[in-house]
Amino acid sequence: MKFSTLQELAACCGEDQVTIGELMLSEQAKESGKSEQQTFDAMANYYRIMKEAVRKGLEEGVTSRSGLTGGDARRVHQYMNEGVPSLGTEACTALAYALAVSEINASMGRIVATPTAGSCGIIPGVFVSAQERYGWDDERLVMGLFAAGAIGYVIANNSFISGAEGGCQAEVGSAIGMAAGALTELRGGTPEQAVHAVGLALKNSLGLICDPVGGLVEIPCIVRNGFGAVTALAATDMALAGVRSVIPSDEVIGVMLEVGSAMPSKHRETAKGGLAQTPTGRRIMSELYGRKTKDSGENR
Amino acid sequence: MRFKDVFSIIGPSMVGPSSSHTAGAVRIGRAARRIFGALPEQADITFYGSFAETYRGHGTDLAVAGGLLDYRTDDERIRDALAIAASSGMVLTFKSGHNPAVHPNTAKLSLRGGGREDVIVASSIGGGNIELTEVNGFDVKFTMNYPTLLVFHKDRPGMLSDITGILGGINIGYMDVDRKGRSGDALTVVETDEPVPAELVDRIRRLSDVSRVCMADLTAEEVER
Repeated sequence: MKFSTLQELAACCGEDQVTIGELMLSEQAKESGKSEQQTFDAMANYYRIMKEAVRKGLEEGVTSRSGLTGGDARRVHQYMNEGVPSLGTEACTALAYALAVSEINASMGRIVATPTAGSCGIIPGVFVSAQERYGWDDERLVMGLFAAGAIGYVIANNSFISGAEGGCQAEVGSAIGMAAGALTELRGGTPEQAVHAVGLALKNSLGLICDPVGGLVEIPCIVRNGFGAVTALAATDMALAGVRSVIPSDEVIGVMLEVGSAMPSKHRETAKGGLAQTPTGRRIMSELYGRKTKDSGENR
Repeated sequence: MRFKDVFSIIGPSMVGPSSSHTAGAVRIGRAARRIFGALPEQADITFYGSFAETYRGHGTDLAVAGGLLDYRTDDERIRDALAIAASSGMVLTFKSGHNPAVHPNTAKLSLRGGGREDVIVASSIGGGNIELTEVNGFDVKFTMNYPTLLVFHKDRPGMLSDITGILGGINIGYMDVDRKGRSGDALTVVETDEPVPAELVDRIRRLSDVSRVCMADLTAEEVER
């Protein structure tokens, strides 16, 4: 790849007069030795899986394997259709769609990691709702996924994208930054504006710990995906309005690395702290594993 | 760079709930299966760090079992993988270990069958990406994002040039060599840009002082790579 920071990414786009998505597509084709068409088709397949997960989560209202969560996407969608949501219909749709995909994930259904499964609802929530809202064709959204991927590539290589290494900021935080930057570009923003959107978004999730109840990607992961989609829309609006990330986005990524490296292990996906260790979190865990040990086979 | 391309960020397509604890674990199981070269009769899995704390909630055990059954990360049979493993004749055990020195999402797999044993240590580093860090006591590092050749051999002058000579026009992206001592047992890991044809693998296998060669390639089934 010919960029390793967001600043370089925006500069490369400027030199080649291409969008972030176009640059990523051509760099990826070079890296893999495949044609741009093959590379595009692989990403288009991912976008189909994302849309299918949105549909399935809303229509079928799945329940998680543990039985702890499910049906919230439908709840929000129904509420939205019956009245005037505080967010307005468009942002509330993004929220409902993000919840839907995260619920599919918790039920061991099929999703695309963006960048991880714990954060798999945010990009589909933002993208699929934006597609309906603005009437964009699939091709445009697929290019948006390349843009999101370019941003995630920089974050992942300069910081981290796993909760076990860097907390929730690394998963949900990265996804929000990726969605915000990509949507900024999809809506006609410049690469510089897209990069500002990433920094604005990331600043809002710095320090977020990974504390899943029972170690499951459910509580609080699913609602954080819903919130994440809405936050991405807010960051996009700020960037398109001309708001800048005064601390450059690459430096914000550096802060994510610093904060995540200092995070104690109990707040990095071990279920040993945070919400997982509240009285209720502990009760849920003991009910879950008490039950599991009893009636799960010898292979457990 | 730990993450080399856009599809290590967007992707993989997978069954949930966790890219590191489920999809990465499937890939660890599958990589081990490909190195072992067959369905093992017995697989003893030790989980470390966050894997050890949360593997049941994330279905990490199902995922490793699915990988050992050679499933892709998005195979919906993964949720039934323990039962399928049992009916396929693979005995699986899972336990938690403690080793603060390893990456927080690490698994050790001891695979046995047909009078052979392979011990593989691998970590799941996020987004379904993995790093294999140990094979049968050799310290190596590779990702399974490329066709990967493992050559077990005696440490001797000229061995690497013999191997690379046979590979000829096939470009090598990355290589790692570890030995247990001067002139002792060694392992050479070669990541290539394209699959190595069986005929060339055979020629490497016939080299003097080569005891075993594995071609482990997940790229054909992982469509995007």
